[in-house]
Amino acid sequence: MTRTPSTESRDEAAGAPVVAFLGVRHAYDTRVVLDDISLSIARGEALALVGRSGAGKTTLLKLINRLVLPHAGAVLVDGRDTREWDPIELRRRTGYVLQEVGLFPHLTIEDNVTLVPRLEGWPESRRRARALELLDLVGLPPAEFAKRWPRELSGGQRQRVGVARALAVDPPVLLMDEPFGALDPMTRVELRQEFQRIQRHLRQTVVLVTHDMAEAFALGDRVGVLDGGRLIACDTPERIARATDPNVRQFLVTCA
Amino acid sequence: MRLISFWIAHRLELAAMVERHLFLVAVSTLAAAAIGLPAGVIAAHRPRIGRPLLAVASIAQTIPSLALLGFLLPIPFIGGIGPRIAIVALVLYALLPIVRSTAAGLKSIDPAVIEAGVAMGMTPRQLLWLVELPLALPSIVAGIRIATIVGIGTATIAAAIGAGGLGEYIFRGLSMVDSTVILAGAIPAALLALAADGALTWLERRLSPGRRAWPRTTAIAIGTAAVMAVVVLASVLTPSRSDAIVIGSKNFTEQVVLGELLAQTLERRGIPVTRRLNLGGTFICDRAMLSGDIDMYVEYTGTALTAILKQPVLKDPDVILANLRDAYSRRGLSVLAPLGFNNTFAILVRRGDAEARGLRTIGDLRAMAAEWRPGFGYEFAERADGYAGLSSAYGLRFAGQPRVMELDLVYRALASGQVDVIAGDATSGLINALDLAMLADDRGYFPPYHAVPIVRSAVLLRRPDIGNALAQLAGRISEESMRAMNSAVDVDHRDVAATVREFLSRLQ
Repeated sequence: MTRTPSTESRDEAAGAPVVAFLGVRHAYDTRVVLDDISLSIARGEALALVGRSGAGKTTLLKLINRLVLPHAGAVLVDGRDTREWDPIELRRRTGYVLQEVGLFPHLTIEDNVTLVPRLEGWPESRRRARALELLDLVGLPPAEFAKRWPRELSGGQRQRVGVARALAVDPPVLLMDEPFGALDPMTRVELRQEFQRIQRHLRQTVVLVTHDMAEAFALGDRVGVLDGGRLIACDTPERIARATDPNVRQFLVTCA
Repeated sequence: MRLISFWIAHRLELAAMVERHLFLVAVSTLAAAAIGLPAGVIAAHRPRIGRPLLAVASIAQTIPSLALLGFLLPIPFIGGIGPRIAIVALVLYALLPIVRSTAAGLKSIDPAVIEAGVAMGMTPRQLLWLVELPLALPSIVAGIRIATIVGIGTATIAAAIGAGGLGEYIFRGLSMVDSTVILAGAIPAALLALAADGALTWLERRLSPGRRAWPRTTAIAIGTAAVMAVVVLASVLTPSRSDAIVIGSKNFTEQVVLGELLAQTLERRGIPVTRRLNLGGTFICDRAMLSGDIDMYVEYTGTALTAILKQPVLKDPDVILANLRDAYSRRGLSVLAPLGFNNTFAILVRRGDAEARGLRTIGDLRAMAAEWRPGFGYEFAERADGYAGLSSAYGLRFAGQPRVMELDLVYRALASGQVDVIAGDATSGLINALDLAMLADDRGYFPPYHAVPIVRSAVLLRRPDIGNALAQLAGRISEESMRAMNSAVDVDHRDVAATVREFLSRLQ
């Protein structure tokens, strides 16, 4: 599998898409947050979605791991409608990194990272080995961090733990909701580079949402632009940068 | 310090009371936690069920504790005298803090943490056990801590219904008007509450790593200082006990009259006495004797045998007295010669009925039983040697279920024709006042209840003149005399001291 910069359409034949949105619509009460979204994400691809707050970015992510269900259309994961997936099984194979991180304050860093392996019934020794491997991967020396508590870590360190936790069972799909949004600019840039390294290494399928165009350009093989609940553009960073659509251009000016 | 010496003198009793107190609180708090925890989880997850649940718990909390015990008393399976009903009441009080703090603890969890758990693919059960409950634990422990402290305070009320615990000293002290005895129960209860607070606060802090610790040490220091201040004040204010002989009595008219009788008899011989009359029930008087709080009181042979010594019922007065003297001497108490009258149960009818139908004995009732309604006090209706034994001993079958009411009311119910036959006391002043007739117990069904003075043996040894003085009363008080004195006090509202003084003057 290559990291396909799928420049053309969702029908491209780089194997079946891992995730596909087919005319998806979602509303909270009467407020439509996503309308007629069609999109497909290939295996190993990193898709970055940009949009203002309230553009429906988070909802789009939650549709993938069935935290919400579409009101119209369908979301397919591995070719199967999320309505038909057992939610527990689907979520176990979908890593999720929240903006607020949401580390479990009553568990050590190691126990936070290996919680899903524990739910999956991995033996203790394998869990330990995995924790060490993951903490190394996200740049937190295990000897120093494994036994510490979340409250003892800085925001950037917590975010790294959040990424490690999401990667624990090597899920085929990784969803990231503004993962670096709450950090100071220096840490953000540093983590972004770190993440690029990890992603090149692991070749996971990644769907990342952000309000930061620069971040989207840096991390995405493709960049999707969400505006008013619609996907107004979805292409390689190079083509998005050269887009002529005034709505898309407006994003380049205000966000970049 | 009187209080300290009281505790030292009563250390075994005190230890037993503390143990019983802790038992009541521990059992009720654990039961409340077993109910309250799941209820709190439901309240947090399903507000629609949770809100009414909390409302019910809040209402239970607002009922005053004595009233709650009163409500529970007549309920089958729960009610009745003893620790069971006290535990039920304490559980009701402990529920609210536990339910509320469980729900609050669950609701205060960072939603991002919950969302992370759900998104990781945790089942609701895994989320509850691995994330929600551990995170709510400090709050849950706080609720249990509050419930425990409230329970330790409320459990003192349990003594009112015979459940025991430190409240016994408080109630005993209240009826003796002796603040030392009140404090002897109140201070250990306060210390228990402080200790429980300290221990559970420590646990709470252990369970919440990283949360800022409360200035608990300050609170405990202030609490301890307050308790010390009360102890010092109390020991300064309470007058020290003189070497006067302390006379006690139970809490009904005849007993108060008899206590006064003992007091005046000693006073006539120039022996100084302190009156602690109207103390409470049989057990309170007996315990006060054993602990040396009182030196003498009048007991009834049948009561001493069955209620205090827990021995089977006997009929022969001489055998009973011999048994009592033997058993009491081993408890450091002396049983003096009986005063004369026998305050046994009396089967009473209206005098008019007795004369019209020629009723003399209880056996004569058989002809009437099918159309007559009986009325009894609670005790007689319940006791095996009460109504049940009586009807089988005499083969009586009354028309319907007996009407059961307060003993005082039974006499008036008979006089006013609401019932036709009652069980009362042989020496009640109301027998003459309401013109009632007592039927003879010709089959000797009722055990004898001869009045006997009980005196601490140590007092008799130290003051032989006391034994001599009381010996003068032996066999001098007949049923009629006792009835007349009761009637003077209860019906004519005469002064007890004056009534007794007249009686003693006539005796000499």
